[in-house]
Amino acid sequence: MTWLPLLGILIVVAGFALRLNPMPVVVAAGLATGLLAGMGPVEVIAAFGKAFNDNRIIAIVWVVLPVIGLLERYGLQQRAAAVIRGFKGATTGKLLLLYLAYRQITAAVGLHSTAGHPQTVRPLVAPMALAAAGDPPPEEAEKIKAMTAATDNVGLFFGEDVFFAIGSIVLIQQVLAAEGYALTPLELALWAIPSAIAAFVIHGARLWWWDRRRRAA
Amino acid sequence: MITLTWLYVPAGLLFAGVALRSALDRSNAKRFGNAAFWGLMALSLLAGDLIGDFGNGLLVLGLAALAGFGLVGRGHPATTTEPEREAFSQRLGNRLFLPALVIPAVALVGTLAWSYTPLGATGWIEPKRETYVFLVLGVLLALGVIFAWLRPPALAPVEEGRRLLDAIGWAAVLPQLLAALGAVFAAAGVGEIVGAGVRSVIPEGSVFLTVCVFALGMAGFTMIMGNAFAAFPVMAAAIGVPLLIADYGGDPAVIGAVGMLAGFCGTLMTPMAANFNLVPAALLELKDQYGVIRAQIPTALPLLAAQIAILYLFAGLM
Repeated sequence: MTWLPLLGILIVVAGFALRLNPMPVVVAAGLATGLLAGMGPVEVIAAFGKAFNDNRIIAIVWVVLPVIGLLERYGLQQRAAAVIRGFKGATTGKLLLLYLAYRQITAAVGLHSTAGHPQTVRPLVAPMALAAAGDPPPEEAEKIKAMTAATDNVGLFFGEDVFFAIGSIVLIQQVLAAEGYALTPLELALWAIPSAIAAFVIHGARLWWWDRRRRAA
Repeated sequence: MITLTWLYVPAGLLFAGVALRSALDRSNAKRFGNAAFWGLMALSLLAGDLIGDFGNGLLVLGLAALAGFGLVGRGHPATTTEPEREAFSQRLGNRLFLPALVIPAVALVGTLAWSYTPLGATGWIEPKRETYVFLVLGVLLALGVIFAWLRPPALAPVEEGRRLLDAIGWAAVLPQLLAALGAVFAAAGVGEIVGAGVRSVIPEGSVFLTVCVFALGMAGFTMIMGNAFAAFPVMAAAIGVPLLIADYGGDPAVIGAVGMLAGFCGTLMTPMAANFNLVPAALLELKDQYGVIRAQIPTALPLLAAQIAILYLFAGLM
């Protein structure tokens, strides 16, 4: 076995570290990896093209953009902010804590595709989190927006595996079954619960701390 | 039967519309770059199965070249101003949320109905794709509601879609490209090489250190591949099954489930997971493209330590 195909990984890491545009970096890494593994140039380009074509399902989600854009045209972000200003005790930390719980619980019962960055974070949660902070200066706003996206990811990742009919659970089951360990999806989903609690406690503590630090400032 | 191929059509038409409007947008100095970029995406979605593997490969090279040479810019589609939006928000009130909720509601009710009523047995929808079908259906329904209620200009859906798509830019295509890279890595045997490498650093006889290498290996290899799905079979075959389950008698359910979640901690820390980490940074118009990752690292690291603790304490390894 040769270590040469790992050069592709090095190209990707260097590309991201140097903040080059990732599109050509990823293509260069793919071509280099294939060539070093002994494929011909035409073969590598075809393999890349086939894999890109097989993964078109990822692009389907962009069909929501016209709807989100239209609602923004009619003031959806402003409306979301107005609702939060109506609550006296609303803070960024409390709001995101609520969203974290919502995202974990809905993902845990299989509703992971009912929220997400294009559907909920940009049009609703981010404007709400900003409004709860009382129209903060640009630097603080940048941090709040980043934390909103982070909260969505943490809630999704550490909620979805509690649902037994999700791709990752099926994958674990298949890999272990191939090695001779037969497990039901429910057994695996059950063991995702301790990690889900740990995620809520750790990320929730950061959100709670966020409010405390703001009050002090 | 409604298959995935059907769903590529509305997505493809959106990209085609955006490409056409981009070409006509004189306010964008790079308008033909934008038109070519979104046009290639439309071609991929509408005709990807007709142009062959090599044709698709050339299409990918074209996308990468347009993005890499900075030929994709930002158009200025007609939209409303900030004060106009504030006025709309006051006039329309909380009813504005209803069309936004149509999409998740249709996706939710449709998926549930398909899974738990006899509807699912009709075979009208490709198995396991029903959520996507209902997502697209929800979008069409929401568009219908908005048109009936607010009567926007006919081109507004394409123009508003273009406004958001131009804000995201090439990051909208990167997740698909990274998935393709993962497939090329797998074909080149990168998984086996990494698995063998990780195995060679494990100290003999220490259960705790083996658990640490398994969890850190999952997180680390996930960061490289951008996806815990690609890392799990490799780490399970290298460490999880032969050492933790077979040699040390660990519970396969705990090792499988928590091992995967250790990988998810890695997903929170890598730009390779572009759709979770780079796309939202573009979507929220952050100045720092790594802003979301920076916000996630302080959660991901203690969470990874928690996965190690859960593995060690609950898998019957002590």
